[in-house]
Amino acid sequence: MTTATANHDDHADHGHHGPAKGIMRWVLTTNHKDIGTMYLWFSFTMLFIGGAMALIVRTELFQPGMQLIEPEFYNQMTTMHGLIMVFGAIMPAFVGLANWMVPLMIGAPDMALPRMNNWSFWILPFAFGMLLFTLFTDAGAPNFGWTFYAPLSTTYAPSSVTYFIFGVHMMGISSIMGAINIIVTILNLRAPGMTLMKMPLFVWTWFITAYLLVAVMPVLAGVVTMMLMDIHFGTSFFDAAGGGDPVLFQHVFWFFGHPEVYIMILPAFGIVSQIIPTFARKPLFGYASMVYATSSIAFLSFIVWAHHMFTVGMPLQAELFFMYATMLIAIPTGVKVFNWVSTMFRGSMTFETPMLFALAFVVLFTIGGFSGLMLAIAPADFQYHDTYFVVAHFHYVLVPGALFGIIAGVYYWLPKWTGNYYSEKLGKFHFWMSFIGVNVTFFPMHFVGLAGMPRRIPDYALQFADFNAIATVGAFIFGLSQLVFLFLLIKTIRGGEKATDKVWEGAEGLEWTIPSPAPYHTFAEPPHVK
Amino acid sequence: MFSRTWQRLSSVVLGSLTVPTVMADRGGLNMTQGVTEISQSIFELHMLIFWICVWIGVAVFGVMFFSIFKHRKSKGAVASKFHESLGLEILWTAIPTVILIAMAVPATSTLIKMYDTTNADVDIKITGHQWKWQYDYLGEDVGFFSNLTTSKDEIYDITEKSENYLLEVDKHLVVPSGQKIRFLITSNDVIHAWWVPEIAVKKDAIPGYINESWAIIPEGEEGIYRGQCAELCGIQHGFMPIVLEVVTMNQYQSWLVDQRAGVEAEAAAALGDFSYDDLMTEGAEVYARSCAACHGSEGQGMGSVFPALAGSSMALNDMAGHIDIVLNGKPGTAMQSFSAQLTDVEIAAVITYERNAWGNDTGETVTPQMIIDAKK
Amino acid sequence: MTSKLPESGTQSGPKPSNTALKLVLAAIAMFGFGFALVPLYDVFCEFAGINGKTAGQVEKVEQWVDTSRTIKVQFITTNNDGMPWEFETLQEEVEIHPGAWTQVAFWAFNPTQNDMVGQAVPSVSPSEAAQYVQKTECFCFDQQKLKAGEGRNMPLIFSLDPDLPDHVRTVTMSYTLFDAGAFAE
Repeated sequence: MTTATANHDDHADHGHHGPAKGIMRWVLTTNHKDIGTMYLWFSFTMLFIGGAMALIVRTELFQPGMQLIEPEFYNQMTTMHGLIMVFGAIMPAFVGLANWMVPLMIGAPDMALPRMNNWSFWILPFAFGMLLFTLFTDAGAPNFGWTFYAPLSTTYAPSSVTYFIFGVHMMGISSIMGAINIIVTILNLRAPGMTLMKMPLFVWTWFITAYLLVAVMPVLAGVVTMMLMDIHFGTSFFDAAGGGDPVLFQHVFWFFGHPEVYIMILPAFGIVSQIIPTFARKPLFGYASMVYATSSIAFLSFIVWAHHMFTVGMPLQAELFFMYATMLIAIPTGVKVFNWVSTMFRGSMTFETPMLFALAFVVLFTIGGFSGLMLAIAPADFQYHDTYFVVAHFHYVLVPGALFGIIAGVYYWLPKWTGNYYSEKLGKFHFWMSFIGVNVTFFPMHFVGLAGMPRRIPDYALQFADFNAIATVGAFIFGLSQLVFLFLLIKTIRGGEKATDKVWEGAEGLEWTIPSPAPYHTFAEPPHVK
Repeated sequence: MFSRTWQRLSSVVLGSLTVPTVMADRGGLNMTQGVTEISQSIFELHMLIFWICVWIGVAVFGVMFFSIFKHRKSKGAVASKFHESLGLEILWTAIPTVILIAMAVPATSTLIKMYDTTNADVDIKITGHQWKWQYDYLGEDVGFFSNLTTSKDEIYDITEKSENYLLEVDKHLVVPSGQKIRFLITSNDVIHAWWVPEIAVKKDAIPGYINESWAIIPEGEEGIYRGQCAELCGIQHGFMPIVLEVVTMNQYQSWLVDQRAGVEAEAAAALGDFSYDDLMTEGAEVYARSCAACHGSEGQGMGSVFPALAGSSMALNDMAGHIDIVLNGKPGTAMQSFSAQLTDVEIAAVITYERNAWGNDTGETVTPQMIIDAKK
Repeated sequence: MTSKLPESGTQSGPKPSNTALKLVLAAIAMFGFGFALVPLYDVFCEFAGINGKTAGQVEKVEQWVDTSRTIKVQFITTNNDGMPWEFETLQEEVEIHPGAWTQVAFWAFNPTQNDMVGQAVPSVSPSEAAQYVQKTECFCFDQQKLKAGEGRNMPLIFSLDPDLPDHVRTVTMSYTLFDAGAFAE
């Protein structure tokens, strides 16, 4: 690639040179595999940072009384833990998996917009750098909860709120660009013969998730901009003094917030829908139904937002509507669970690590779904709202739900990425430690929430002590077991038993037709799908 | 027609749906049944949904675990090829729909009851502040603030924690049993939420807006019920509890009379004599309760967020400004006006304390009369 | 690698400049939509009577008085954070017939050493009653300026629309007083 005359097509020489060397490879890459890898490592780092904050919180909550930190800092920890896990760990991890696998699964050479793809990633370290830096300022990090209700987050916010707003804007831009990329890629670059109803479920769920992202991330941008206006430019969107309304904040935020939690789970549904058929050696039961169920969930997710606001003083008719709409979501979700179980039924199952995580997902996410159904019942929610019952619910759907889905996907595709099988013994050990840890941490939270313990408090009444102590022990088990995962990842990248193309006996799909490790460029010629 | 096994099984299943008290109050494992009709309805709804979820879980996970056990390759299972069934999809869409409709009916009727605030006997306005509650009995000329009384020593493990650690206040919200009590809830600053689990009342307190809720605590259920703030409202969100004291109607009427008399007595007392030592002692207590959260237990403040009082020019020099800022607050900051929530004696005491503690040593005494004069 | 991308100059599909033009026009249109939302929201909130916000000022008209029922109307005042004025209602409650025009008054006093501006914000409970509250004169319509040490009575003239639903028997009108110095007109 030395001289370039006006007519010489340099493009053709690219493949023979392989990726660039050194750090600039990563800074300038437009390769979906590189970008996927960067997203995954970024999200894993954020998982540890957010996890450390959780452990600080849980250490303080180990006993009644304030032992470790002040209430002021505690509120910063809970807020940052939420923001980092939602926006820094879960969402980028799914984007990383999408970047790696969607082009491979549809037989495309890369994402449709590779340069925008690079930018989508590189915004994130800057956004989170800015957010994390606020921890070291005098005024401290954001301390108003990851849901940042006004006026606590406007009139009464620390000065770091402005950096928080800019950080959110940047993350939002990253997500929107990423989502556009996914939609354009899936609509335009599928291999000939791959109709929409022949796409793997992971591609379908990400396709739907991308539409959700495009629809609601701008709403988040809107709400933080309104905050910015209120704080710095004398407007009063959320301030009754000027004719505004704090409840408006909640409506706009949750209009984003509810689809956001489906954004965080739909890709996991897709991953599990790939893994179970592979290890049951049986096709996914009810493919079309799964597609319709996912679409129904996505559509319904737009009309249920106020179930986060049942105690805000809504008119009765509105409260009833949101209760009914929320209960409805149980139906397509249930359909998916039944389909997964039917996939297993009369299959021929083996229980490698990805399958273990996927099975744990089905059971534990369903338990999270049950507590969600209980929360949907508006009268009962008056006793659950803002208690640890809610904390238990969303941690069940996000940790043994979304996070186990991600981990399952990583184990499943790791041999394809690295060319090496990981150590099954270590993987299973990681699984069992995580499974035990997650349940010991979050199951007691149901009890302590029902017993009356509110959320977001650094200290609590004596009757809540025992279960809090148990939860803290579980948190450390779970947290430490992720170090096993880190060790396993590094070990596998460096070497191991060589993986075949197909990797898993029951694996189906285009990604298993290319060599392991996947070559830097794949599907230069689109395959023909029957 | 059905085998004995099926009969037994279905009676167990149906029985569990109609016996809500099985898990009742089992040592902090479950929601409280509470003491009102509404709290009881909510508890029953909660148990109904819970058991439905348990049975669905048993059924689904049962099939799943059976499959994990039987349909494994190591046991020689051979995979079938079936992968769709319209009939099944319709069935397992229709059955959950029916179950949900069954849940929605009692939920709707309970919610409608919870919204009916008409014909109340007692109206109480509840205002959330950072970080305490204020109660006003409409039409009764009784109103007061209610602060946490758990000491910092207990919180920081210096002394042993009392039984009602973090759930005790200086002035209880006293209400009569057998009467419909209407709560009108608002906030002075950020969003708070007022929650007492035993009467199943939880409502957000929103600045600039009024929300309402209600409760009837039946006669015979007199007692003390404790709750907490249920919406993140800043640093001391976990430290602003609620203590509801339910008494008989007669006791309530006497209590109202006492409250009014107490206010008059306080106003009269402000005209009496107070020694420097009296004021310092009281001032230290008022400071710990009302000021230390922001200004620090040693007057050291908190960074640039809350100014230090130890060594501050206002505490050392500007007496008039000091009185003014405690009485009227400082607009645009978190410093609120304390004229409504502290008595003249308390304000005089705390300013005296602030001007002499932590090495400030001005030697000045601020008397209640000076506060009364400043208010004119 | 061999590229399968079409050679430039033979592209099918829309010209980039057309797409760019359409996108720019869409952006301008959405910006305009944002401005149009202000009157649209006013119309919608008035129609739906949501947020417990009462409608604006109305003309005082003769209307039918429903003597078959009386409604208890309570008045509550709250001072927002940093608002040290005395702010009281002069009558805690009145019993009125729907349709009857009623006058009540509030007292506001500025005890500080500074001139201040206050804004009272109304809120009605139950929120469904808000759309039936009609006011011809209310101190909440305007900012109230009080000099240091100044106080005054402030009137409220209102009625309840006779269409007020039967099950509503108590209406609570709450006013929260804010320091409007930052928004002073």
